[in-house]
Amino acid sequence: MALAATSVFILFLFAALFGPLVAPYDHTAQDAAQRLQGPSPAHLMGTDNFGRDVFSRVLVGTQGVFYLGGAGTFLAAVLGTALGLIAGYAGRLWDEAIMRVLDVLLAFPALLLAMVLLSTVGPSDINLILVITILYIPMFARIARSMVLDLRTREFVEAARLRGESRRYILFGEMLPNAVAPLLVEASIRFAYSIFLVASLGFLGLGVAPPSPDWGRQVNDARTFFDVAPWMLLFPAAAISALVISTSLMADGLRRVFDPSVEGRRR
Amino acid sequence: MRGFIARRLAFVVLTALLSSMVVFAATNVLPGDVATMILGREASEQAKDELRSQLGLDKPLVVQYGHWLGNMAKGDWGDSLSTGQDVRSVALQRLRNSAMLALVAFLMYVPLGIFLGVVAAWRRDSPLDQVISTGSLAFIGLPEFVTGVLLIALFSRALGWLPASSAIDPGSGFFTAFPSLILPALTVSLTSLAYVVRMTRASTADVLQTDYVRTARLKGLSTPSILFRHVLRNSLLPTVTVVAAGVGWLMGGLIVTESVFNYPGLGRLVLFAIQRRDLPLIQATTILIVVIFVLANLVADIVYALLNPRIRYR
Amino acid sequence: MAPPTFQVQDLSVVYETDSGPVPAARRISLSVDRGETLGLVGESGSGKTTLALAAINYLPANGRVKQGASRLNGLDLLRLPKREMPRMWGSRIGLVSQDPRSAMNPTLTIGRQLDEMGCRHLGLGRREARDLALAMLGKMGMSDPPSVVGRYPHQLSGGMLQLCAIAMALLTHPEVVILDEPTTSLDVTTQATVLDVLTELKTELQTAALYITHNLGVIARVADRVAVMYAGEMLETAGVKALFARPLHPYTLNLLRCVPHLGAGARAERPKDGKASGITRAAAAEADASGIPSARLASIPGSLPPWDDLPRGCIFAPRCPLVMDFCRVSRPPLVEVEPLRWSTCLRWQVLLSDEGRAQAVSVETRAGVPPLVEDTRSRGPLADGGLQPSQEAVSVPVLEVKDATKAFGPARSRAHVKAVDGASLSVPQARTFGLVGESGSGKTTLARVIAGLELPSSGRIFLAGESLKPSVGARGPHMLRRLQMVFQSPDGSFNPRMTVGRALMRPLMIMNRLDRKNARERALELLEAVRVPASHFDRYPSELSGGEKQRVAIARAFAGDPDVVLCDEPISSLDVSVQSSVINLLADLQEEAGTAYLFISHDLAVVEHLSHRVGVMYLGKLMEIGEVAKVLAPPYHPYTEALLSAVPVPDPTAASKPVRLHVSVSSSLGIPSGCRFHPRCPRYLGDICRLQAPPWRLSDGRVIPALAPTSAAGPDRPAEAAHSISCHIPLEELVRLQGAG
Repeated sequence: MALAATSVFILFLFAALFGPLVAPYDHTAQDAAQRLQGPSPAHLMGTDNFGRDVFSRVLVGTQGVFYLGGAGTFLAAVLGTALGLIAGYAGRLWDEAIMRVLDVLLAFPALLLAMVLLSTVGPSDINLILVITILYIPMFARIARSMVLDLRTREFVEAARLRGESRRYILFGEMLPNAVAPLLVEASIRFAYSIFLVASLGFLGLGVAPPSPDWGRQVNDARTFFDVAPWMLLFPAAAISALVISTSLMADGLRRVFDPSVEGRRR
Repeated sequence: MRGFIARRLAFVVLTALLSSMVVFAATNVLPGDVATMILGREASEQAKDELRSQLGLDKPLVVQYGHWLGNMAKGDWGDSLSTGQDVRSVALQRLRNSAMLALVAFLMYVPLGIFLGVVAAWRRDSPLDQVISTGSLAFIGLPEFVTGVLLIALFSRALGWLPASSAIDPGSGFFTAFPSLILPALTVSLTSLAYVVRMTRASTADVLQTDYVRTARLKGLSTPSILFRHVLRNSLLPTVTVVAAGVGWLMGGLIVTESVFNYPGLGRLVLFAIQRRDLPLIQATTILIVVIFVLANLVADIVYALLNPRIRYR
Repeated sequence: MAPPTFQVQDLSVVYETDSGPVPAARRISLSVDRGETLGLVGESGSGKTTLALAAINYLPANGRVKQGASRLNGLDLLRLPKREMPRMWGSRIGLVSQDPRSAMNPTLTIGRQLDEMGCRHLGLGRREARDLALAMLGKMGMSDPPSVVGRYPHQLSGGMLQLCAIAMALLTHPEVVILDEPTTSLDVTTQATVLDVLTELKTELQTAALYITHNLGVIARVADRVAVMYAGEMLETAGVKALFARPLHPYTLNLLRCVPHLGAGARAERPKDGKASGITRAAAAEADASGIPSARLASIPGSLPPWDDLPRGCIFAPRCPLVMDFCRVSRPPLVEVEPLRWSTCLRWQVLLSDEGRAQAVSVETRAGVPPLVEDTRSRGPLADGGLQPSQEAVSVPVLEVKDATKAFGPARSRAHVKAVDGASLSVPQARTFGLVGESGSGKTTLARVIAGLELPSSGRIFLAGESLKPSVGARGPHMLRRLQMVFQSPDGSFNPRMTVGRALMRPLMIMNRLDRKNARERALELLEAVRVPASHFDRYPSELSGGEKQRVAIARAFAGDPDVVLCDEPISSLDVSVQSSVINLLADLQEEAGTAYLFISHDLAVVEHLSHRVGVMYLGKLMEIGEVAKVLAPPYHPYTEALLSAVPVPDPTAASKPVRLHVSVSSSLGIPSGCRFHPRCPRYLGDICRLQAPPWRLSDGRVIPALAPTSAAGPDRPAEAAHSISCHIPLEELVRLQGAG
C-alpha cells in the first residue's frame, strides 16, 4: 500500500519539477473557441470557461503545492525542532515560556489562524509559506521536546555528561540522531496537511493571486459550471485528493518502518 | 483532582488571554485606516481625527488592548463595520447555527468512528481491518470542499434527495433546518470520522496487547466481558481527548463547509469578516472560536480525569 | 496408577516470524501431580513461558503447536476447540503472571476483578462472589481484606497486588496453576512473604503448580521437582534436593556455580595476596574441586544457538566443557539415568565425581587477556606493582561522601521527599563498597548525586581528599576522568545510533585528549581487555548481546583510567550465566587497575561476593554500615536481619529463616517519623522508635546520637568504623535476640 502511494507521490513530484516543461498548453492561454470542452485527446482533462487546458493547469498547479507546502513544512521542521530542543534542554524557564506560546498557537484551529494571519499580511507566496511555518512549528517543537525529555534521562546521555561533553554536542550529536525518524514522519504528515490547507485557502479565495493555477481556486471557480462541465471540478479535486492521500499513506508507511510499535498519533 | 482542575482552568484562562493578544495584535496591523474605512475617503482629516480619538485609536496599543478586552468581557463587542449590526447578537446567533450543525456531525461520526475503530482493532490485520484502516486514511486526506462538492453532485444534483444549498434563514429552528444540515454535517464528518477511527483503533489495539487483557482472557471471561469491561473501559479513555481535539478540526472544517453550502454559521461569518476586513467582527468571532476550542479541551481533560481512577484517586 | 493431574507430552511450539519460523520449544514432556510444584527453570530464551502458555492452549496468533499433547486429568487441551477454552481457563487452569502492575486492569477495583471469577465460573451472584473473594484474601493472611477490595491497582503496593492476583488465580480452586515468575518484580522481603503464602495455599488446596523462574534460590524454596530448560529444550529433570546436591547435566551444574551463595564468605576475608592472579585461580580451581566456594564464579562461555542454525547434536554441546565428538552426532534424548532422574547428557556419569565436576565447570580465566592498565603510567602507591593497596592508601579514602542529602519536591509540601538523607560513606583505593537496599531505598539516587548527575540538597563529596563540585558540568575533564559510572540497563547505556567503537573513542578523545588514531588503538585495547571481539568495533549496540553491551559499558567507564567506578545494578538485567562473567570481570579489573567501586545492588549475595564494606539503605537512610563480614553476622540491624532471612538461598536443604516483614498495603511512599523502619520492624520497641531518630551504635561500644553530625571529624564516624548500626536497640540486646549465628 505504502509502496503504491510512494509511486503516486513520486509521479506528483515529477509533475512539480517538470510540469511546466511537459504541459501541452500554456496554462494561461485562453481560447474562446474551445470553452468548456469535455476531455478529448487534445485536451485530456477538457477545458475551462476561458478555454484554458485543465490538464496543463493541474500540472502546473502541482508546482505551487510542492513549493508552498514543502518550503513551509521544511522551515517549520527546522525552527520547531530547534525550539523543541531548547525547550527540552535549556531548563524550566525556557521550557515554560516556549511551550506556553506554542500552546496558544495550538489553541487556534489551523485554518482559522491561517486566515487571520493571511488577511493581515496579504496573500503572497512568501507569506503563505511563513504562515504554514508558524502553524506547524508547535507540532515539531512538541515532538523534539518530548524526545529530549525522554532521552535526557537515558543512560547514554548521562554517560556523555559524565565524560564532559558540551551541551551542544549532547543535543545535536547524541539526541538529534535519535529524533530524526519521528521528525521525518511528522514532516511527511505535515506536508500532506499543508497541501490540504493551501487548497482550502485557495478555495476560500485567500490563496495565491488569480493567474497562478491554484488547485483549490480551480475547484471553487468550477463550481458554477459543475452542471455543464464537471471535469473542470473533478480533475483538480482528484489531484488534491490523490496527492494528500498518497502522502499520508506514505507517512503511515514511514511510521511503520521507523516505529512498528506505535499504532497511530495525532495529526 | 481539585488541584488538577484548578491547574487546567488557569491554563485555559492564560491561553485565552494570550490568544486574545494575538488576535488583537494581528488585527491592529491590518493595512488600512479604520477611520477612512468607516467615514469613506471623502471625509475630512478633522472628522477622521475626531473619530480616531472617539474610538481611542490615538492612544498607545496597550491602552487600546486593555480597553478592548474590558469591553469584550463586559459583552460589548462593538458594531460591525460593514453591516453596522451588533456583533454580539450576530455572532451568537451564528454560533447557535454552527452548534446545530456540529451536533448533527458529532452524532454521526463519534459513535460510528468508535465502532469502526474498535472493530478494526478487534479484527486486527483482517481484510476488514485493512479496508477500515486504509479507507480512514484516505478520508483524512479529502478536503471538505472536495467531499462537499461531490456530495452535492450525488445527493442533490443526481438523486435530488437533499438541498444543494443550506442557505437557511439564520434564525430557523433545529427541525426546520434539519434537512439542510444533513449534507454539510456529512461533509464535515468524513474527515473527523477518519480521525476518530484511527485513534480508536490505535488505542484499542494497544489495550488488546496489554497483560491485563491477557489476564482477562485467561480468567476464562466471556468475550463481551472482555471487550466491554476490560478493553473499552481503558481504550476509550484516550478517545475522549481525541474527540475534544477534533473540535478544533471541526471548526476549521466548518469554515470551508459552511461556505460550500452557504450555511449561515460562525465559520462563514469569520470568512465574511475577513473578506470585508471587518475588525470587530474578526476579533469577536475568532476569540469565540478559540474559547470554544479551549473549553472543549478542558471538558475533555476533566472527563478523562473523572473516568480514570489513576487521576481520580491519587 | 492414575495419570498425573497435568501432563505435557512431546510438545513442540513454533512461532512464525518475519525472519522465518522459530522453534521456541521442542519435544518437551513434563508432568505435575496434585499438590506438587514443578519448578521450570531457565534463562531468557529458554522457552519456559512459551511452553507453559502453549500447554494451556494459549499462544499468540503467530504461535502454533507443531506436535504433542497437553492433558489435564486426561483431557487433551490441545484438541479442544478454541471456544471451549474459556470454560477451562480460570476455572480449571489458573495463571499468575510476572508483573501484577500490568496484569491487573487499572480501571477496575480489585474487588470487581476478583468477583468476576466467582460470577463466571462458580455461578455466584455479585454478593456471594464478593464474600468468597474476601474469604480468599483473608486466607492469604491479609489483615483487612475489605479495605483492599475497594481499591484500584495503582493504590496498592506491588506485593499486595501480587497477593491479590494469586488469590484471583486460586479462587476457583483450579486443578493446575501456572506461576510465571510471580515474585520477580517484587522486593526480596516481599518476595519471601509472598512465597510463604503461596506455599501454604498450595498445600492446603492441593493444586498442581508449574512454577516458572530464572531464580535458583526461589526454585530451591518452592519446588518439589525441577525441570531445567535451555534454548527450547529440556536438559534435566529431578527432585529438587537431588538436583541441587548432584546435578547430572553440565548446564545445570554451571548454572548453580554461576550464582554467589549468600554466606559463602566475604571477599575481604579471602586471600588476596596472590602476586600473580594465576595463583588465586589455581586456588579457586582447587576450592571448586573440594566443594568449597571459590572466589571466582563459573560462567558459561558463548551464547544461545541461533534459531535458524541449531546444532545437530546436543543443544548445549557448543558451550559445554565436557563436550566430546559423539555429543555432536545426534540430539540425545532425555533419559532416566538414575531412578526418578532424567538427563540428556551422554556423559552424566562424569558429574558423579568431584574431579569430573571440577572439569565440567567452566571458569573464565584472565590468562591471555592483556591487562587493562598501561605499563607507562604511574599510579601512586600502585606504581611499584603491588596489587595490595598499602596501609597508607587505605587510610586516605579515594571516595568520601559526607552527609549527602537529596530531596525532591518543593520544601514543606507533601511531595517533599528526602530520597537520600544524610548518607556518609568512604571507599578506600582498590576496594568495593557495596550498597544494598530494596527499591525506593535511595541507593541509585545516592550514586547519581556522587556522579554529579543529580544535585545534592546538602553534603559534600571528596575524591582522593579533593572536594568535588556538585554538578557534573562544573567538574572539569581531569575530575570526570577519575569518577565514572556503569549503568543498570545495557540497552540504555549506548546511543543506538552510534557504533561501539565511537562510544569508546569519545571518552578517550574528550577526557584523555587522545587524537583519533590513538583513541582508536586504545579503544581496541579496551575491547580486548573486557573480552569483546575487536570485530564488534564497528557494530551498533543493537547487534550486541546484553552481556557484551555491559562489558563495553565497563570498558567505557575504564577508558579514562578512573579512581572510582560507580556500578549501579550493573548485572541485574542480565541472565545469571552472564552475570557471573561480568562479576568476574569487575573483580579482575579492580585487581589490575586498583580501582575503587561503589557497587549498588539489591542482591545481597552478589554484594557479599564483591564487597569489602557494605552499607544497608532503607527509605533514604543508611541503617547499617561496616565490613562485610560484620554486617552479615549478628548483631544485625533488624532490617538487615529481615533482608538476610528473606533471601532465597539456592539450597533446598537450607532452613527457611523465620523473620518476615508484612507486605505494606498502600503504594504511596510516605516517610515515617522517628526510625524510618519502625512501621515494618519486627523488633519494634515502642514509642521511642516512632518518635526519635535512632542513634548510631558502633561496634566498639560508642553511641553517637542521631542529631550529631555524622561527618564529625575523627575516627568515631560510623562511616569508617568497623561496624555501626543505626537502631534504638543496644547491640548486646540485638546479639541476644538474633543469636550468635
